[in-house]
Formats: sequence, C-alpha cells, structure tokens
Amino acid sequence: MSLDVDKIRKDFPILQAEINGKPLAYLDSAATSQKPLVVIERIFDFYARHNANVARGLHKLSEQATLEYAEVRTKVKEFIGAENQKEVIFTRGTTESINLAMRGWGEKFVKKGDKIVVSIMEHHSNFVPWQELARRKRAKLEVIDIDENGELNLSDAQKKIKAAKIVAISGASNVLGTVNDLRAIGKMAHEQDALFVVDGAQLIPSRKIDVRKIDCDMLAFSGHKMLGPFGSGILYGKEETLEKMDPLMYGSEMIREVTIHKSTYAELPERLETGTPEVSAVLGLGTAIDYLNKIGMKNIEKYEQELIKYTMMRLSEIKGLKILGPYNENKRVSLASFTLEGVHPHDLAAILDEQGIAVRSGHHCAMPLHARLGVDASTRASFYLYNTKEEADKLVDGIEKAKKIFS
Amino acid sequence: MEELYQEFIIELYKNPLNFGKIERPEMHAQLHNTTCGDQIELFVRVNEGKIEQAKFIGKGCAISQASASLFTSYLKGKKINELEKITKDDVLGLLKIDLSKNPSRMKCALLVFDTMKKMIKTKE
Ligand SMILES: Cc1ncc(COP(=O)(O)O)c(C=O)c1O
Repeated sequence: MSLDVDKIRKDFPILQAEINGKPLAYLDSAATSQKPLVVIERIFDFYARHNANVARGLHKLSEQATLEYAEVRTKVKEFIGAENQKEVIFTRGTTESINLAMRGWGEKFVKKGDKIVVSIMEHHSNFVPWQELARRKRAKLEVIDIDENGELNLSDAQKKIKAAKIVAISGASNVLGTVNDLRAIGKMAHEQDALFVVDGAQLIPSRKIDVRKIDCDMLAFSGHKMLGPFGSGILYGKEETLEKMDPLMYGSEMIREVTIHKSTYAELPERLETGTPEVSAVLGLGTAIDYLNKIGMKNIEKYEQELIKYTMMRLSEIKGLKILGPYNENKRVSLASFTLEGVHPHDLAAILDEQGIAVRSGHHCAMPLHARLGVDASTRASFYLYNTKEEADKLVDGIEKAKKIFS
Repeated sequence: MEELYQEFIIELYKNPLNFGKIERPEMHAQLHNTTCGDQIELFVRVNEGKIEQAKFIGKGCAISQASASLFTSYLKGKKINELEKITKDDVLGLLKIDLSKNPSRMKCALLVFDTMKKMIKTKE
C-alpha cells in the first residue's frame, strides 16, 4: 500500500459517522471530498482568533490575515507549478473560474464566426458558458466526440480544433473518469493559436499537475473537491493571458484609484478578484494543500489506482452491470459510473444509502454526455485517499442486494 | 426506508398499469424531472365531463413509475372539474410510503401529480 489509509481515516471526523445505523462508506468524493480535521480547525481558528478583512486595515489582525492569505497563493502556485503568484486568481469554485475565463477573455476576444471547441464529456460548468458565449457572439461551438472506450477521439479533436479560438477540455471526466491527454490537445490548440482552457475539477485532487508541462493557458479547479472548504476555487492563467483579461465584476479590492470621472485598476492578481474574498475558505484550502503535500500526490495517485482497479474488477463480476468509460485504470481517476439492468440509478442509490453507502445517481451535470452514451442516468461511485477496498466490497454487496430486491 | 421498496412498488415498476398512449386524447401533458431525468407523459380520455381512461408512458425510477400506475387508475371516473381538488397527499396516500424525510424522492413520487397540474393548465 502506498499510503497508510487507517491513519488517514482518523484525520476525517465524518468518516466515523453512522448513516442509517451503518458505518458510512462515503463514495461521493467527486461531488465533494470530506475535510480533514486540520482544515476544519483552520477555519475555526481563523474566526475564533484571527478574524479580520484582508488588504484593508493597518491593524495587526488585518496584516496577519493579509499575509496568510497571500501565503496560500504561493502554496497554490507551487502546487500546480505556476510561474508566479500573479497567475493564481482566487474564485469561489471551478464554475466561477470558467465563467471568469468566458466573460473576461471570451467576451473580449471572440468574434462572430469564431470557433469554440469543447468535448462531449464536459461537465455543464465547462460546457454551458462556452455555449452561451457562442450564442452571444454568433460564434460556432464544436464538440469533440469520444470513442467507444470513452476516451477523446483525437482525430476528431484534430479536425474540430482547426482554426479554433478557444479549446476548453476537462482534465478528467466526472462521469467516465477518463484522464485526457492534455498535452496532445494543448499542442493542437496552440498550433492554431487558440486559448487552451483546462477544467481541472476532477484531475487536480488526485494528480500532480504541472501547468507548464501541460502548457495550458488557463486551469480551473475547486478547493472543495481536494479536502478544502466550499467557496474556495482557483483560476490559474498565464500572466500574459490574464493581463489581457477583463474582470468578471467591478467594485472594491480590484482598484488603484477612483475619481468621479474614472477608475484605474490594480495589478494582477487583485484586478481579477473583486470584493471581499472568502478568506476563511482560502486559508482552509492552504491547509488542505499542506495535507495533500504531506501525504504526497504521487502516493495518492498510486493508491487511487489500486483502489479503482480493484473496484472495477469487483464491479465487472456483477451481471447486468455496465461500466461507463475506459477499463484501464491508468486512464482514469478513481471513479466509476455504471448502469445496472432493471434497476434505476435513483433506486440503486436509495438502497445503497440504506446501507450507509453514499453514491451519486443521475446525469452528474453531464447531460450531453449521457445523451451521447444513450443512457438516461447512471450511478457513480468515487473514491479518494481515505477510501478502502472494504468499501468497494460493501458497494458490490449493496448492488447485489438491490438486484435481489428488484428481481 | 426499507419499506420504500415494498413488493407492490417493484411489481408496478416491472409491470406498470395503464401503460401506453391514447390516440387523440382530450387532455395531455408531458413533464420531465430535470434533476434525475424521470419522465411522465399523461393521456386522458374525457367523456361527458368525466375521465373515461387515463394512461401514461414514461421512464425513471421505481417510485415515479409506480406512482404513475397508481395515479392513472385513481383518475378513472373522476370528474374534470374535480381534478383541481386532488392534493399531493392524495397521491402519496396511494403509494402508502412516508417520504417526508426524502425530499428528492418526494419529487419522483409527485412527478405524475405535477404532470396532471400541467395538463389542467394547458387545457384552460
Ligand atoms: C469536471 C467538473 N467540472 C466542473 C465542476 C464544477 O465545480 P464547482 O461546482 O465546484 O464549481 C465539477 C464538479 O461538480 C466537475 O466535476
């Protein structure tokens, strides 16, 4: 085992909980991860002992909050391999980050007839903003297809990306689990001088990512899926790209000087961060990154691969169960979505819940993908560093039970 | 929670009652639960102000589909001007399960009821 899961589990208070009288098996980390006690305490400690607004007062508390807030920016920068702190913009989550990219860059540079490229496996948060941008600008939205394994069809990508202005692709699919070949897509995008945007919501929590190696122009992700609090999100962007962007909102914090005639704006990163930020969430994210670094992203990746490999093997023993996405565990993050003949995902999730097993059912905010796959809904089990093979076994037993109820 | 999946619910899921279309129905509506994709299309044949026949087609979870089976049976013989008076509790009563702690499943159970509401509105 690449990490000590028993020890890790003790760091997560909620994992000791019981649901419906059964120990909780939390298999919904792709929706949001659980938080270790250190993160929860960090937020408590801030409000209890250090609460002050940032970048305002000269008093001690405010100075300290400002410093610690800035430290998290450095942590994020190092975590993703960015060039400097100006490239890290705090947002409230992936969705806001992508909207900032769409409004701040897209609205400014996309023109009528331009091509915006996404893929069919995108989460609505990386699909709808681009669709809306295309509608507003009368640009064209192109959608890269997947192959029968649930991987991006690279020859289709090559075709669609031709003459593109923006290419926006997820690092990993929240339904198929597929880890996309970002370097290949990025290369195609840059050959066309297109802006390359990566939705990292599912990838960043479980892989060591270096933005310079992927060579993306922007990367969006959420703190709450990587052990951090709700309300913490990141938009990374190359400095030269961010420099050209407009803010999403106007008002405080992003200002240099305001007169009744005119305002001038602050430098990066503040220029793109308007209003009082979610200070406690950002501080909590900093602690979450420390925690992930302490365990080691490589170890997390390795552990998750063992888990998902085992889970896929066990799931494939179940008759009538069909796993969506690539079979090879090297090509996926540690989640598996599936359908079960004769049992609707909602019913399956309800029966699993009865046994303390938390999974997600539905379309997982990926309706175009479900339509493409020809399934109305699916059930998703997602794993993180605190999950165990025993929980995968429980899942399998639970599915068998559901099958029996519906037989 | 165990009671959620009583045998009669499963049975209705597998072998629904009143499943199918009615050609040229007097009343008709379709509704979609966008959070889970459940779908119900309701068809009603009216004769002299009374429901002569009610049928549905749809797909979704056992709760939404069983509820539609039971509700279409319940509708038969009802007067059109009485439809307004039917309440959510009437529908939940047909299912004989307590969903008060399951707001998301409540939506499934009431999909057919909401479809009826839409149908009345379209008719007006
Ligand atoms: C691939 C992907 N993109 C975007 C999002 C949206 O993230 P958030 O809701 O944190 O903004 C999610 C999370 O649900 C996701 O899985």
